[in-house]
Amino acid sequence: MASTGSVRYWKPYRRADDLGTPAVHSDVSVSLEIDGQSVSVPAGTTVMRAAIQAGVSIPKLCATDSQEPFGSCRLCVVEIEGRKGYPASCTTEVAEGMRVSTQTPEVAKLRRNVMELYISDHPLDCLTCPTNGDCELQDMAGAVGLREVRYGYDGENHLSAAKDTSNEYFTFDPSKCIVCSRCVRACDEIQGTHALTIDGRGFASRIAASDDRSFFDSECVSCGACVQACPTATLAETSLIALGQPEHYAITTCAYCGVGCSFRAEMKGEQVVRMVPNKDGHANHGHSCVKGRFAFGYATHPDRIAQPMIRESIREPWRKVDWEEAVRFAADRIRSVQQQHGPLSVGGITSSRCTNEETYLVQKLVRAAFGNNNVDTCARVCHSPTGYGLKTTLGESAGTQTFDSVEDADVVMVIGANPTDAHPVFASQMKRRLRAGAGLIVADPRVIDLVRSPHVQANHHLQLRPGTNVALINAMTHVVVSEGLEDEAFVEARCERESYADWREFIARPEHAPENLEAVTGVPAAEVRAAARLYAGARNAAIYYGLGVTEHSQGSTMVMGIANLAMVTGNLGRPGTGVNPLRGQNNVQGACDMGSFPHELPGYRHISDPAVRGAFESHWGVSLLPEPGYRIPNMLDAAANGEFKALYVQGEDLAQSDPDTQHVTAALSALDCLIVQDIFLNETAKYAHVLLPGSTFLEKNGTFTNAERRISPVRKVMQPVAGLEDWEVTCALSNALGYPMHYEHPREIMAEIAALTPTFSGVSYELLDRRSSVQWPCNAERPEGTEIMHEETFPIGKGHFAPTPYVATDERSTRKYPLLLTTGRILSQYNVGAQTRRTGNVSWHEEDRLEIHPQDAELRGIVDGKWVGISSRVGETVLRAVVTENVLPGVVYTTFHHPESGANVVTTENSDWATNCPEYKVTAVQVVPVSEPSQWQRRHADFSGEQDALMRTADRDEATTP
Amino acid sequence: MPSSSKTVSIYVPSDTGARSLGADAVATELAAAVEQSNVDGEVRRSGTRGLYWLEPLVEIETESGRVAYGPVAPEDVAGIVNPDGSANERHPRYLGDVENLAVLRRQNRLTFERLGITRPASLTDYCEHGGYAGLRNAIAQSPAEIVATVTRSGLRGRGGAAFPTGVKWRTVLEAEGRQKYIVCNADEGDSGTFADRLVMECDPFALLEGMTIAGIATGATKGFVYIRAEYPQSIATVADAINTATDAGLLGDGILDSAHNFDVEVREGAGAYICGEETSLLESLEGKRGTVRFRPPLPAIKGLFGQPTVVNNVISLATVPIILREGADHYRDFGVGQSRGTLTIQLGGNVARGGLYEMDFGISLEEVLYDLGGGTASGRPIRAVQAGGPLGALIPPKHFDTPLDYEAMQAIGGMVGHGGLVVFDDTVDLGALARFSMEFCAIESCGKCTPCRIGAVRGTEVIDRIRSGDNADANRVLLNELCDTMIEGSLCGLGGMAPLPVKSVLTHFPEEL
Repeated sequence: MASTGSVRYWKPYRRADDLGTPAVHSDVSVSLEIDGQSVSVPAGTTVMRAAIQAGVSIPKLCATDSQEPFGSCRLCVVEIEGRKGYPASCTTEVAEGMRVSTQTPEVAKLRRNVMELYISDHPLDCLTCPTNGDCELQDMAGAVGLREVRYGYDGENHLSAAKDTSNEYFTFDPSKCIVCSRCVRACDEIQGTHALTIDGRGFASRIAASDDRSFFDSECVSCGACVQACPTATLAETSLIALGQPEHYAITTCAYCGVGCSFRAEMKGEQVVRMVPNKDGHANHGHSCVKGRFAFGYATHPDRIAQPMIRESIREPWRKVDWEEAVRFAADRIRSVQQQHGPLSVGGITSSRCTNEETYLVQKLVRAAFGNNNVDTCARVCHSPTGYGLKTTLGESAGTQTFDSVEDADVVMVIGANPTDAHPVFASQMKRRLRAGAGLIVADPRVIDLVRSPHVQANHHLQLRPGTNVALINAMTHVVVSEGLEDEAFVEARCERESYADWREFIARPEHAPENLEAVTGVPAAEVRAAARLYAGARNAAIYYGLGVTEHSQGSTMVMGIANLAMVTGNLGRPGTGVNPLRGQNNVQGACDMGSFPHELPGYRHISDPAVRGAFESHWGVSLLPEPGYRIPNMLDAAANGEFKALYVQGEDLAQSDPDTQHVTAALSALDCLIVQDIFLNETAKYAHVLLPGSTFLEKNGTFTNAERRISPVRKVMQPVAGLEDWEVTCALSNALGYPMHYEHPREIMAEIAALTPTFSGVSYELLDRRSSVQWPCNAERPEGTEIMHEETFPIGKGHFAPTPYVATDERSTRKYPLLLTTGRILSQYNVGAQTRRTGNVSWHEEDRLEIHPQDAELRGIVDGKWVGISSRVGETVLRAVVTENVLPGVVYTTFHHPESGANVVTTENSDWATNCPEYKVTAVQVVPVSEPSQWQRRHADFSGEQDALMRTADRDEATTP
Repeated sequence: MPSSSKTVSIYVPSDTGARSLGADAVATELAAAVEQSNVDGEVRRSGTRGLYWLEPLVEIETESGRVAYGPVAPEDVAGIVNPDGSANERHPRYLGDVENLAVLRRQNRLTFERLGITRPASLTDYCEHGGYAGLRNAIAQSPAEIVATVTRSGLRGRGGAAFPTGVKWRTVLEAEGRQKYIVCNADEGDSGTFADRLVMECDPFALLEGMTIAGIATGATKGFVYIRAEYPQSIATVADAINTATDAGLLGDGILDSAHNFDVEVREGAGAYICGEETSLLESLEGKRGTVRFRPPLPAIKGLFGQPTVVNNVISLATVPIILREGADHYRDFGVGQSRGTLTIQLGGNVARGGLYEMDFGISLEEVLYDLGGGTASGRPIRAVQAGGPLGALIPPKHFDTPLDYEAMQAIGGMVGHGGLVVFDDTVDLGALARFSMEFCAIESCGKCTPCRIGAVRGTEVIDRIRSGDNADANRVLLNELCDTMIEGSLCGLGGMAPLPVKSVLTHFPEEL
């Protein structure tokens, strides 16, 4: 079994093109002459951009097309007929009939003399400099023909300024700084953190992080924008300093969150020198966050599982075997379980971390080779209510917009999402729009960063009690309906008359008035009314939401409530509006699209539909069961009951990420055969019988689909650690099971997907090569894909209003469990942390902590930084406390990035009524000061120690085998 | 106890300049003397007349007008007022009728028509001396008419760039914006200048009236006075005047019962010279570091908070009321060529009679330096005069016949600037002065553009080398090129003009550098 190559996507390394100043959009075209050449550009374009676009290069240092013109370096001066002096081309707009000379003796002398000044305060260590060969200053010195520095080198200078190496990922060497402010402007304009500034003035001007602290101790969020912007070696990646210049690169897609940033994997052989956000990336436009930009070292971490392993029982040591033996072992086990316990006793779980093609194959394996529909995916536990709720109301299980749509939003409403931590690159784009004046409503139990951060402040923070989302959205929508803020024309033209009438009667009832729901939500009625008026009164208003919406007992209801609000105010079908689920994982959207749910075939088509099923049956050459199979919780329950005996898990860590950990591990322990395909020995793998080494996104080809339905390529830049890409492993397993799967390359899998799925019928690798990404639906009707959905009609014709009665969750505070626990993520760590915990990101977040309000802390004698026990009706764990007013009294909050934290030991089996998405966001708990870890934590430590030892035994056995 | 029925008014200046020369002690002494005498007298603190060589200048109100004494030391106080309350004409410091002093008779005080006459905080004094008549006229006119009047008056910006004020106002009037602003640049940082301070400390309502007229003329309803932190008395006086004017319905909503609204706030600078550059000033007003913005867009189109903004100097704004009161022609009848009206010359340095001279444009340097200023204080010959602040050229005596008007001064490589003239005698080290202009630039550069940020530092180093004889010829070539690089390459006037003193020394005083 040989892996597929990817050399065709590799390009020799060169710095990305830079047109100097940003593109300007204008209907008016201006013609001018640059060095005798006629050029036409949109009005408002700078002379610099016009020149560079026309192939005329102009020296520049402070100008870059990702930032507004600044005009400080004075290298880009030109002469313009009829104008005095030497205007800077970066700050001079074109004018009709303008005649520009970019190269005259006077201009050349001025540029050379300015460059001479630069170099009079710059070290002459080019040969040993990290950016030797890729330095704009070096290039410009060459371009202007600098031959001597008449000032000498013993004048006042900054050559002995000390380096700041406090940040894990990049070094700040102020001795090389030319004070162009590109880093400061990147932090301000692109990232929006405003962590950097210039300290001092005149010659003493220096870059400073926060109040002149080290980068690590500053407000810097390590997004890397400043490093990317730096034209010298002043801010350089630590990896670049260590390895030298890359020699080739490939465009690929980040494997962290659902923003799906496009990156240049800049390589030296098979070694990643650095990951640089792709300026042409449609989701991120050249921006990144600390995870995608820097946290890729896990791919080469020594913990990687490098060889297939098997064992008879989980108390036995692992045995390293070759692929064939491992796959044969797994296949035999599955078949013997099915013989013993029936065809329905086995199942599989697809991963939102894997590619579309891999996910598709796993569900195909389950349906065609296992012969049942027991397939589910981790989206079950995050965005399954999105699928259900949006499909019901709007007719399609997907977000309605592109990320760029936010640029047209006049009001942004963020519900149960924390974009600056969980979707940082999109958060930066959103903050840019907010700084430009868009209104902001935040509905969240916590004071998230967006509520108030530099140059951003929410107009309304609706700080609701956990579990009362539906009451809040009903109250807001009630205001819209009762105050005459509806978009009657939209409703009339685009929505079902009957369901609207019923729904309107429902929502107009006085019980939904904010005044009557204030006691439920805890949000002052006046604030709700004001927020509703702001949202409904905006020309374009957009809703962005996250797992704070879905992971509730009424998650699906809330999604429908959001859709109702958007429809009744006419905020759908055009830029700046829409209902936008922010997807947690890189390929949640894709995993759902690919038929990972037990009741749906690819393209969200019900398995009971004979026509749909028939198409797959004929293409796959098997007959399919018409009934939906088990969902994840059903599988776990059935396993615990002894009815479900074998499970194939690709790239998911049920034992850490699913609720009620003790129930999960009991279920896993009861399996006869657990096959885990993963890159690390995760918590779930500790219960496995077969370990199949997974491949990281750097080691395979395929596609990911992000939160805006954008399908983007994943490109192989290094060989898989164990030789096989994940899709190849699934093929091998299928073949061993006797169901043949033969693909030479993931492009063939995508071709099959396209052939069978109407919304994907136009998608092909050729299209992706040409467009670099495409948003589905992409078919004959929309050959170039679809940016904004529902522009004219909904896939179900007219929009459907679904009544959304508020039903309080069973999980409410009681005398025994008086506090409500809610969970979330932080910027530097990613979900279960399997990857980020194996990178330098741990320096920002070494453990999960419990946030608790000072009032609740004082009542319990809880001190900041000390251990507290958190117990719910299902379990108990121990964390350190953070006493903070970011949470309301009565609410506690934690993250779940570290397995030993056991956040999910506490969360319960409660789930969404429609989709079983767990109610992670509300658990009634008690919190008390303690002095030692919980019983579960001790058991977990013991079990993990045992499993690590069994893994080490395998290594030792291998070492002693000749 | 008072024996006479009429109160004798005694005036002692209150501005920072007079106080630094001992005016407070004199006032205290005078008050004590009056208290002990039988005279019914009152010591009033007026503004200064701007004749600093006569400060502290004490004036006594008599039936035939005010008579002056100066300079008065505390020990001179005794006997200034006769026991019957009349002015003692035999006092050694007696100067006679103040209005008849030759040095005032020669001046045409328009902008400074009330200087030294009124009490700064007194709105009554201001109104009794012509104040707010201009605003009343303005309210009766359309914005376009006001702008036309100011344009026709020939008033040009007194901050240094000399841009026609009316043209700037018209741009703002015609610009679209949700909120327009009037920003008064009172960051008077040029060495040897003090005219802005005199307006603010002696006649603050003139500034407020001018700003209000500017607001009405352009549609701006909000004004800021950005005053340098080194002027605490200006800050306090203007802030007081704002309160007084607001209470009197001259600021705020419905000014003088019209439909016009205008508010003014004082903002204190943070000690950076560069914030006198208008775009840096705007950045600073916005709460940011004071760094220069590139132009265009002009502040008139995209100024404070991105909105159309008039940025005018104190003198420009304080001159507007008299133009609106007396008419454009009255003002433009003074002056020569393209330089209309009066120039408020601030004469300082090594000069016998330093102070404020408001003269028609066109007076020659010679007249100012010798006839008005009386030559050097040291009595030695004048070697050079620096015109227009620390970035102005050092002008040699051969050019002293140049008339003070914008174009004529430019023709000799100099500038009028804010009207400051600093005099040096023949003991001056002009090489050191040249070095100082680079050093000043190095200290005060905002640090944004390279020619200024690095060039100024290298400029001092190269001058040091020349002055120590280190490869002097080659370094002189380098210095000349550096000056050109800074002049042609800098983003704003600081880096663009700091080389001018250097170049003037290289040109006019080659033996000095």
